[in-house]
Amino acid sequence: MSAGIGLIATADFVMNLLVQAPELNPADTVWVLVSTALVLLMTPALGFFYGGLVRSKNVLNTMMMSVASIAIVGLTWSLLGYSLAFSPGSDFIGSLDHALLRGVGTETGRWGAFPHVLYMAYQGTFAIIAAALISGAVVERMRFGAYLAFIALWSLVVYAPVAHWVWGNGWIAQLGAIDFAGGTVVHITAGLAAVVSAIVVGRRGDYGRHAVLPHNVPYVLLGAALLWFGWFGFNGGSALAANATAAVAVVNTLLAPAASVLIWLFLDLRRTGKATAVGVATAAVVGLVAVTPAAGFIAPLHAIVLGGIAAVPSYFALQIRSRTRLDDSLDVFAAHGVGGIVGALLTGVFASTAWGSPHAGLIGGNAALLLRQTIALLAAGAYSALATYVLLKLINLVLPLRRTGDQERQGLDVIQHGEEAYSHGDGALLVMEDRRKRGRAAGGES
Amino acid sequence: MKLIVAIIRPDKLSDVLEALFRAEVRGLTVSRVQGHGGELEPVQTYRGTTVKMELQEKVRLEIGVSEPFVQPTVQAILRSAATGSVGDGKIFVLSVDSVYRIRTGEANEAAVTPLPNPEAIEVAD
Repeated sequence: MSAGIGLIATADFVMNLLVQAPELNPADTVWVLVSTALVLLMTPALGFFYGGLVRSKNVLNTMMMSVASIAIVGLTWSLLGYSLAFSPGSDFIGSLDHALLRGVGTETGRWGAFPHVLYMAYQGTFAIIAAALISGAVVERMRFGAYLAFIALWSLVVYAPVAHWVWGNGWIAQLGAIDFAGGTVVHITAGLAAVVSAIVVGRRGDYGRHAVLPHNVPYVLLGAALLWFGWFGFNGGSALAANATAAVAVVNTLLAPAASVLIWLFLDLRRTGKATAVGVATAAVVGLVAVTPAAGFIAPLHAIVLGGIAAVPSYFALQIRSRTRLDDSLDVFAAHGVGGIVGALLTGVFASTAWGSPHAGLIGGNAALLLRQTIALLAAGAYSALATYVLLKLINLVLPLRRTGDQERQGLDVIQHGEEAYSHGDGALLVMEDRRKRGRAAGGES
Repeated sequence: MKLIVAIIRPDKLSDVLEALFRAEVRGLTVSRVQGHGGELEPVQTYRGTTVKMELQEKVRLEIGVSEPFVQPTVQAILRSAATGSVGDGKIFVLSVDSVYRIRTGEANEAAVTPLPNPEAIEVAD
């Protein structure tokens, strides 16, 4: 090896350090650490939001569908998904360079001035909630095992590639479409997967015949409130630094949903004469979804406009859906699909270079961004819908997708988990044989 | 006059109410009760505690009817509450000495004959 090549190699190494590996910044590290915890909280929060909306005989199963995503997708993401999304690869998918967390250590890098392993975990919390969102379309009837298999595969086959397209320097990033915190990657993919899942799994046995009312509206409000709280980490943390962009994103995350809630209340009042609590909770989520792609790219005043506008299509999508035979039980498409699409388009309208966007939007005289946003959302939505259909059909060959008849009527809490949410314990007999057996096995006295 | 007491599965309540409505039986009392009808006891586990649920959630309907309504009511419940599995419940038909409508003081047959309700809301099929 000649000295010349050695010198070039050294220069390359130094360049890498300068360009790709900034010195670790404690403030950035703290903010992403906190944001990781905030986004993780959104998944059990979603469990409360969804759990309150179903009947009491299905609340545990519904909450389990969210919480289990932390275990299932948390692991698929760490072991494989992160590599497929974020290691350098083709325009369509990453490589296996970081599979099994290879080369994911404490180094800083192109993601920011904080450890690589933290970036992996932060992105993992997004994959977890994206998969959990879909459960709202199949609650009260899908088999738990088939659901777990589905979200494991979906996180690898749908979420990871789309994250690569948008955030991993894939084709959508190169096209120049923008998505600040996952309007397209998380909400449009989940929204379209929800519609397809509702169709493939099929509607509930009594859907459209009996009214199905939320069994605990306070849970719905609690869930929505905790989702909003966590969303400050979802959007604010997506700046990947403790900087001005994070501040803009957090402020927009406050203002846009506030406007959505206000408009929703007016729509509710006009239609029924009553402002509803479930409506407020739904509106907050719709506003949060819509501002997600725009959070760090638009002016706060425009975030208010965006949130207000976004309430309208979701409100009517929800009204229309409930009159159809499509049992997207908790309206995942109306909230996340429609909200995500409106947010992605309005990002193309309001994006402002003065507020942190890499491209100006329509109001900055750049109509091209709106077109690129449209291409991105159509591609992500279509891919998610198609891949979801194929995955569910494949799983159905091995594991039946749903409970029917008596089992569905009795409720999935008892059938699927052998537990009741609101058991008072009357008439419960201790099963003694079981206890003695375990006592012997543990070597203790029974 | 009879008092019809029916014990049914909670998840069949909507079906039963719909059937009673179609049979034009109005005026009933519903309570959430617990009982045991000989069905298998489901096993539940909470951490280290494994239990057999001896008592099941049931719903009790109480319906006071005049003679011509006894059979339509019983048939409506039989049709709508059955699943074919053990634990579907029972219907008891009891004789009643007298019935009074509190609002008007009407007695017996008149007290269990529903008035036409001009504000009745139509339900979807």
